Amino acid sequence: MIGLPHFLLLAGVLFSIAVAGIFLNRKNVIVLLMCIELMLLAVNFNFIAFSHWLGDIHGQVFVFFILTVAAAESAIGLAILVVLFRERKSINVENLDTMRG
Amino acid sequence: MLTTILFYVFAAMLVGASIGVVLSRNPVHAALFLVLAFFESAALWLLLEAEFLGIVLVLVYVGAVMVLFLFVIMMLDVDLEELRAGLTRYAPLGALVAGIMIAEIAYVVWARHLGLNFPVDAPLPPEHYSNVHALGTILYTDYMLPFQLAAVVLLIAIVAAIALTMRHRPGYKRQDVSAQVAVRRNDRLRIVKVDAEKYQ
Repeated sequence: MIGLPHFLLLAGVLFSIAVAGIFLNRKNVIVLLMCIELMLLAVNFNFIAFSHWLGDIHGQVFVFFILTVAAAESAIGLAILVVLFRERKSINVENLDTMRG
Repeated sequence: MLTTILFYVFAAMLVGASIGVVLSRNPVHAALFLVLAFFESAALWLLLEAEFLGIVLVLVYVGAVMVLFLFVIMMLDVDLEELRAGLTRYAPLGALVAGIMIAEIAYVVWARHLGLNFPVDAPLPPEHYSNVHALGTILYTDYMLPFQLAAVVLLIAIVAAIALTMRHRPGYKRQDVSAQVAVRRNDRLRIVKVDAEKYQ
């Protein structure tokens, strides 16, 4: 019988893989954005699982808003990436140190 | 029983696809693995009776966001070898952090003696329950204002993405209305005094 802990653990594993991906691909901005998408997906899993097992649809409304904001975020992120590549001819994170961050 | 099998199949493919996203050498392969991960998640959400969000995940994410990702990846001429350097250097650290996080989450989720009480049985939805209908009802009543704000967020994203990527090439002939309006008479017109010629 599949219960709430199964889904919570699956979401946790997904989130951890995404965190490991940020550690591994710390030079490639595109893969970093993809890892952020994976993290948001894991969070959405938690929302939907709790929404199912508590019988409360408000969790699904929150997933709806998270999807909206994530789509906006990735659109702007990719636009910034395109501008960056046009300026620098590179998407390596190590070259993006103009602001001394 | 069938639900259990489906859950384990989809969950295994989801974890495998996300590992593929993290480890694949080519960003195109990573994006395609991410598409697979979104499909598996949509299937799992359907198992959780969140039909509308499952369909939206496929339509919006696979249909729009991932296509945008693929467009950008294929548009940029990226030197892959340089970006892959240092992958093995940080692999132990990443694996360590991920292992610690998974262990902690598993401990919290599975530890019954911590006093956590998870609901065992999901409440049965009423008869003739429609997920889309329920979600639409609550979205257009209780969440009316946040819904409108989400639309504004999307509009801002569109405007920002276009404004960021629009490029003004030199030598590109286009109308500049403000320059046309701001022109003075002296810029365009020069009055020359010409002496009348005498008839010889």
